[in-house]
Amino acid sequence: MTLAAGEARGMRRVMLGATTAWLAVFTLAPFLIVLAISLVEARFGVPPYEPLFAWSKGLWPVFNGTLANYATLGSDPLYLEAFASSLRIAATSALITLIVAYPMAYAIARARAELRFGLLMLIILPFWTSFLIRVYAWMGLLNSNGLINALLIKLGVINEPLTLLNTEFAVHLGIVYSYLPFMVLPIYAVLERMDWTLLEAAEDLGARPFSAFRRVTLPLSLPGIVAGWLLVFIPALGEFIIPDLLGGPGTLMLGHVLWTEFFSNHDWPLASALAVSLLVMVLVPAAFLYRVLRRAEVAS
Amino acid sequence: MTGRRSIALLSVLGFGYAFLYLPIAILIVYSFNDSRLVTVWSHASLRWYAALLDNDQMLDAAWLSLRVAAVSATLSVALGTAAAFALQRLRPFFADRGYEALVMIPLIVPEVLIGLSLLLLFVVLGNAIGWPSERGALTITLAHASFGTAYATVVIRARLSQLDPSLDEAAAILGATPWRAFRRVTLPLLMPAIAAGWLLAFTLSLDDVVVASFVTGPGASTLPIVVFSSVRLGVSPQINSLGTLIVVFVSCLILAATLITRPGDRGKV
Repeated sequence: MTLAAGEARGMRRVMLGATTAWLAVFTLAPFLIVLAISLVEARFGVPPYEPLFAWSKGLWPVFNGTLANYATLGSDPLYLEAFASSLRIAATSALITLIVAYPMAYAIARARAELRFGLLMLIILPFWTSFLIRVYAWMGLLNSNGLINALLIKLGVINEPLTLLNTEFAVHLGIVYSYLPFMVLPIYAVLERMDWTLLEAAEDLGARPFSAFRRVTLPLSLPGIVAGWLLVFIPALGEFIIPDLLGGPGTLMLGHVLWTEFFSNHDWPLASALAVSLLVMVLVPAAFLYRVLRRAEVAS
Repeated sequence: MTGRRSIALLSVLGFGYAFLYLPIAILIVYSFNDSRLVTVWSHASLRWYAALLDNDQMLDAAWLSLRVAAVSATLSVALGTAAAFALQRLRPFFADRGYEALVMIPLIVPEVLIGLSLLLLFVVLGNAIGWPSERGALTITLAHASFGTAYATVVIRARLSQLDPSLDEAAAILGATPWRAFRRVTLPLLMPAIAAGWLLAFTLSLDDVVVASFVTGPGASTLPIVVFSSVRLGVSPQINSLGTLIVVFVSCLILAATLITRPGDRGKV
């Protein structure tokens, strides 16, 4: 028995030790390095940033840290605009996703039990199926000589092709399309557990269908709505591919600005400062999401 | 339910699924279009599929992507199984929340941040200890394993939480050591989840363009990197046919992963 207990301890040590070491190197250390490089200045050379500690004549290394990069982010109108429009686009497209997803989640939850698995599967499948190709598919549809414009002209709705691609509209559309499953699933999860006799009771007591929905179903599905909204808002905030392929030159989103700072301007420290800001912006709603999900878990 | 209400619900589903599937369906249809113009239908042909077979750059990139995906998915499930076990059964006595947060954080962090932070890690490590000496397939594989592990952990942990811990106890009473009980009892029961986690990590790796673009080096271009640089220039018929192949391939993998873990199937305890 003591032998088994000793082995159990050994097994615990191996599993915890191996994963902790991996996480320390490949998750924790990278974030700390980004934080460190966000505090130094860019320079020409390899690597293209100043060291955080410099060894000069004295006994102690000189600390090179500066908040200059954050000051740039907080004062340059370009970056301020990027922060504002990222928040705005992520928030509004999460709201549009909610409007599209809620009826779908509701319809699936009210479908016959044996159909639900298949219907859900059809929601999840596209999400895992090549993000890049699915965004690309919209490029072909939204083009000025694309199918949507061709169809509208043929129907006589418009004479000139509309500019749909490379607009903020296209970015919203891309986010709604790509992240729809994130909204449908949590709303479905709460609706599926709902006691539908409550709705019947409300209607028996004289509530009209819409009012019963507004006063019974909607409040009960609120945890799913909040979770879904956050699940779309959080990835949309740092999204790169959608604004890059569907957005225009005027669409400023943080993920895209970070990419440009890194790949085009080679300003690693400024890109790092953007990354740290983005992390903070994501962690706040994520902590909230964690609490919502925990509470839903406890409630069930 | 009244008839009118069920018609409303049906049409909601109809429009919803059309929105999800029509863009991909149109892409697939037009991949068989002979015309060089992507939006003008001439006649059906396999011309662009044939062109793909002659495109050595695409084929090399596809081969690299498959290898990177297979290795990183294997690494992901090995680490994911250990992490799921640590979270579910061993309960790290210290920093319980911190450990969980570290495992899960790649799920919510934007890809640009994962890519940038891992690139900086490789640069700093390369300068400090000379490893990795160059960036390429190896660094992409490690980077993909770092976020693949998070997804694999979620899938495997969900399964582990359904398993009855008394099975381990029964094995112990019958004389099995903890390692043996893990190998002979827990691991076989976890197999469907491990397979699903592997397929998930594999498809994520196969689909990633952002992280790979950051951590790659000269000469190592995965398929998504090649596709992305071509797509940025506009729509092309060859990408339509390549996209069709990728979508069909990945859909099969995801269907397999979902069916393996389908609730209520055999092997559930």
